[in-house]
Amino acid sequence: MLAIRMRGVVKRYGAITAVAGLDLEVPEGTCVGLLGPNGAGKSTTMKMLTAQAIADEGELEVLGCRLPGESKHARAQLGVVPQLDNLDIRLTVEHNLLVFTHLYRVPRGDRKAAIERALRLANLTERRDALVEELSGGMRRRLLIARALVHRPRLVLMDEPTVGLDPQVRQGLWALIDGLRADGVTILMSTHYIEEAERLADSVTIMAEGRAVAVGPPSELIRTHAGREAVEVYGPPPVLHEVEAASAAAGLRTRRTGTSVAVLSPNGGNGDVPDGHRRPANLEDVFVLLTGEEIT
Amino acid sequence: MTTAAPTADRTGAAPHLGRLERPALAGVLVRELINFRSYWKSTTFSSTVEPTIYLLAFGLGFGSLVSTVGGYPYVEFVGTGTVATAVLFASAFPAMFGTLVKYQYQRTYDAILAAPVDTEELVTAEAVFIAVRAGIYGCVPMLVAMLFGLEPSWGMFAVPFIAALAGFGWAGFGITIASLLKSFENFSYVISAVLTPLFLVAGTFFPIDQLPEWAQVLAQFNPLYHCVQLVRDAVFGWAGWVDLGHAAVLVGFGLLTWRLAVWGMARKLIT
Repeated sequence: MLAIRMRGVVKRYGAITAVAGLDLEVPEGTCVGLLGPNGAGKSTTMKMLTAQAIADEGELEVLGCRLPGESKHARAQLGVVPQLDNLDIRLTVEHNLLVFTHLYRVPRGDRKAAIERALRLANLTERRDALVEELSGGMRRRLLIARALVHRPRLVLMDEPTVGLDPQVRQGLWALIDGLRADGVTILMSTHYIEEAERLADSVTIMAEGRAVAVGPPSELIRTHAGREAVEVYGPPPVLHEVEAASAAAGLRTRRTGTSVAVLSPNGGNGDVPDGHRRPANLEDVFVLLTGEEIT
Repeated sequence: MTTAAPTADRTGAAPHLGRLERPALAGVLVRELINFRSYWKSTTFSSTVEPTIYLLAFGLGFGSLVSTVGGYPYVEFVGTGTVATAVLFASAFPAMFGTLVKYQYQRTYDAILAAPVDTEELVTAEAVFIAVRAGIYGCVPMLVAMLFGLEPSWGMFAVPFIAALAGFGWAGFGITIASLLKSFENFSYVISAVLTPLFLVAGTFFPIDQLPEWAQVLAQFNPLYHCVQLVRDAVFGWAGWVDLGHAAVLVGFGLLTWRLAVWGMARKLIT
């Protein structure tokens, strides 16, 4: 059973095509990462799934509901963690959740328990009476997740859930998201953090210029597109140019990584492998190979 | 825990949820009510004190120069007229400013529309909440006028409803304006070019039959004028079909601005 099915979806804003024929499938009970640089169409895709953006072409289905016609029905069963904080900052943590128990139609007798559960999940029980404007960035993010879960959704859409947070807070949120995945909640998570997608996603869809350019489990994508290892060669720009030229001559693929060149699948070529630091190939290698863009 | 969300029909298309559903409207209203607890003092102050100052300044100031207008003591004439002013202040202004803040700065509407609430329900609930507030605040000048001699009458019980009806229309007007303009600065054009003239030719401070004929004709298209007349007739004595006409104009104004507000916000929020 698919929680999300998108076929040939196109979304244009005037002359700009934000999503250009996207195919996406999210099986129920899995965590799918939507990976791509800024402007790849991730947020537009998220907005189309809640019918806050209407596709110009293609088919969209969320939890068995065809969009946009049946989107309200779908929205009753999904939770959304937005990229930008849209909490009511003058309300307490608990009141923010209370509002959304009403909006998500949690029956009156279940509201208190729903709020308690969401507070517990997000580790915010002790801050329930705090005003949102007094919370740290990490706590606000946790509250956004709690708010999205207050009605026990079947599907959670997370748009860059850890963007702008420091590494420690980010790891705390990863644990929270991983817990949801373990509980069987279907998650579609857009991110431009490679590590986030690698750690949390069962499957990754790499997007570039509004299209899916690769789909599969992170390990499979790495094996297919980048091999097992990469050799990282550091040096001044002329040296890096030489390494790139020699690698190309030897039939090896390379990618620039700031101050270094990564030579991918070094044992698969027909020449000498340059000296450098050997490391396992990663999803970032795949992304840059497929899209030609660095992830920032 | 269970949710009230209907389960998708696995064998076929999921049923549509309806339009203007009570749970969706209630959800938005609950949000407004809970938020209102954090700012009711300042809103109540600005929505009631300002019209009351107009009432005292004109009623007592001009009242010492003009004894009666249209057969009523001037303070009572103004006291009933400024009900419409209070309604305007309590509805059009918060609708304009509040809507812009919520969709552009706080992104509150993005959060609400991610839940099973559509734009029509969102706008309707917002307008209803503002209208109810306007219905209450609108009565303040009348109550103050009672302290200065306005006689109680049974018709006064209709005033909160008239104020709420007019407030719904002005709320729709404010939301529509917020959906069309991009910044607070642009509201100045609307306030100066639209609201202030309407406010001055509503018959609040002087009868419109003192105006040139063309202005009297224009006043017939001014919802504030109809609100003023309906409130005066409710307080001093109903005028039959004429009042039904005033009420019909307010109903029409409410329906028109409501639909415009839904259209404008859908255009803004759904891309």
